[in-house]
Amino acid sequence: MNLTTEELSQLYYRMLQARHFEETLEDLFHRRVLHGTTHLGIGQEAAGVGAAFAALKQGDLTILTHRGHNETIGLGADLTMLMGEMFGRSGGCSGGKGGSMHFIDLEHGNYGETGVVGGAYPLACGMAFTQQYNETGKAVLCVGGDGSVNEGNFHESLNLASVWKLPVVFFIENNLYSMSTPLEKEMNIINISDRSQSYGIPGITIDGNDVVEVYEIVRKALDYARSGEGPFLIEALTYRQCGHSKSDRQIYRSEQEVENWKKEDPIPRFAEYLIEHGLAEEGDLYRLERRAYEDVKVALAAAKEMPVPNDDSVYTDVYAE
Amino acid sequence: MNLQEMSYREALREAMREEMQRDPAVWLLGEDIGVYGGSFKVTLGLLDEFGERRVRETPISESAIIGTAAGSAMTGLRPVAEMMFSDFITLGMDALVNHAAKFRYMSNGQVQIPMVVRLPSGSGTGAGAQHSQSLEAWFCNVPGLKVCAPSTPAQAKGLLKSAIRDNNPVVFIEYKTLYDTRGLVPQEDNYIIPLEESYIERRGSDITVVSWGPALLETIKAVRMLAQEGISCEIINPLTLYPMDMDPIFESVKKTSRLVIVHDSQKTGGVGGEIAARVAENDCFNYLDSPIVRIGGLDTPVPVAENLERQMVPDAGVIADGIYTALGLD
Ligand SMILES: Cc1ncc(C[n+]2csc(CCOP(=O)(O)OP(=O)(O)O)c2C)c(N)n1
Ligand SMILES: [Mg+2]
Repeated sequence: MNLTTEELSQLYYRMLQARHFEETLEDLFHRRVLHGTTHLGIGQEAAGVGAAFAALKQGDLTILTHRGHNETIGLGADLTMLMGEMFGRSGGCSGGKGGSMHFIDLEHGNYGETGVVGGAYPLACGMAFTQQYNETGKAVLCVGGDGSVNEGNFHESLNLASVWKLPVVFFIENNLYSMSTPLEKEMNIINISDRSQSYGIPGITIDGNDVVEVYEIVRKALDYARSGEGPFLIEALTYRQCGHSKSDRQIYRSEQEVENWKKEDPIPRFAEYLIEHGLAEEGDLYRLERRAYEDVKVALAAAKEMPVPNDDSVYTDVYAE
Repeated sequence: MNLQEMSYREALREAMREEMQRDPAVWLLGEDIGVYGGSFKVTLGLLDEFGERRVRETPISESAIIGTAAGSAMTGLRPVAEMMFSDFITLGMDALVNHAAKFRYMSNGQVQIPMVVRLPSGSGTGAGAQHSQSLEAWFCNVPGLKVCAPSTPAQAKGLLKSAIRDNNPVVFIEYKTLYDTRGLVPQEDNYIIPLEESYIERRGSDITVVSWGPALLETIKAVRMLAQEGISCEIINPLTLYPMDMDPIFESVKKTSRLVIVHDSQKTGGVGGEIAARVAENDCFNYLDSPIVRIGGLDTPVPVAENLERQMVPDAGVIADGIYTALGLD
């Protein structure tokens, strides 16, 4: 394994930050405190945080889709800045102009989320092209959902990336649903990774609830891409334990199904793994959890204190000078 | 001034060549833009000169072309993307409208998208309804985009150079029927035409005519005809259609008290309507002596048969009639 105990702790800690952040948002939306909508990643932390962590470690670039909070937090974003954005405050990561679907954090190589399903794929090609063109030695991690692989953009972009041997890893979080639509109504194949064959690139399906596996595979895929071999397609199997967006009553699936998947919850799984392998003790993990919880509390309090954006800022940054 | 005669096509190529020489971040992408030189041969020779690293031929994937351009622009390059025909930008609209035009704003100015999308536009080639449109009005409704439409070789070069240097996504409308038109083009290193500055093509006192593209060339013909009758027309070419520099138009209308707007693209929902509205809601409304006249393309798809296609866009006769109307002389 390529992770030190220190890094493993950090991974666990960020997964918990993400979990508490998302649960806090769920509660805030439930109580109608927040304006707008959100797509929470509860249950998908191993996939999102694990993949992001792999990109972060090598200084790679990331581009995300609408359900991008786990990755953003996995990359190390300041929670106060993210919470401020949720509250539409001036101290938010985009000064209140982006919101939940447009988190961005350039400091950590995160070029942000797009709210248009499939929209990130060609952007990722362009970002990867820049790395190739400038010979930066960096790669791009592009995250999408299972529903997005039926967009023309997916096909166009994987094909282009293959033909141009772009250093980009397409990481699909297959949570079995595209909003309410189950996978089997979205496509007639079992493994999304099989599509890699159409583009002449490698593809693999992995356990997206096993954060160590996610990390390892994404790291290898990024290295492969960076070495000039071209793009890589990864399908990470996972499950969204929460609703699709703020107002989803989840009438399209059974409570039993959700309960079954909760048994596969990536966070306790990782905790067990760490303890079993003597990589952490229960007390350590508890302290990390408390810290993550505290972080979110602090972020929430700070966000509420932030001023709203200046009215005039509605006009700024439409154009660059 | 050092001037050289060349075609509109050559002027565009020269602009790209000079900007590629000047700035290593500039690169080109599009379908068949290499050896073949693009469908309209605008990029012919640039592959030889700059190599495959900077002149990239793509699969037929318009969304990937525009999105890749945007992604590379977000990370510091200056792509110039060609759509084989302007009509095919329909397949790249998500990348252009939802991504290129929005990322700066959504990120509160943290990223910028310096890219150019070149769109060979317009009718007159018998290519039919899917290969002949001028879609400029669509983009003039998308804050975050800039839209340029050069009408002469000198304008083509000067504007394209500015567009490539601009830090925003610029939609660059080129007219297929103008590619072979010739004119004198400045050769100075620092020659550019700034964006968002309207240009007075001809001074006059009786009436203001705003026009661009092939319609402008017809307008000039009409205006020359009318000059022989003693009618003095002021012609204004916006050059950048969005955001448009309206002040010269306002000033001109205040002076002449009459306004005609002429363009090739469909009249309904066209850019001319916006110009008319701006004038009408400005105090220069009070200076108008007659209703504003808009002349645009027919509100139909573009047909192929020559006699039908010719009717699509206004010619000098139609434009002269419009000017007479605005002058109360019909
Ligand atoms: C182009 C486009 N079509 C539809 C939507 C509405 N929408 C938002 S998320 C979503 C489901 C996407 O499913 P998937 O890609 O599996 O991601 P998940 O939500 O499961 O994370 C849909 C249909 C959209 N945002 N963009
Ligand atoms: Mg899904």
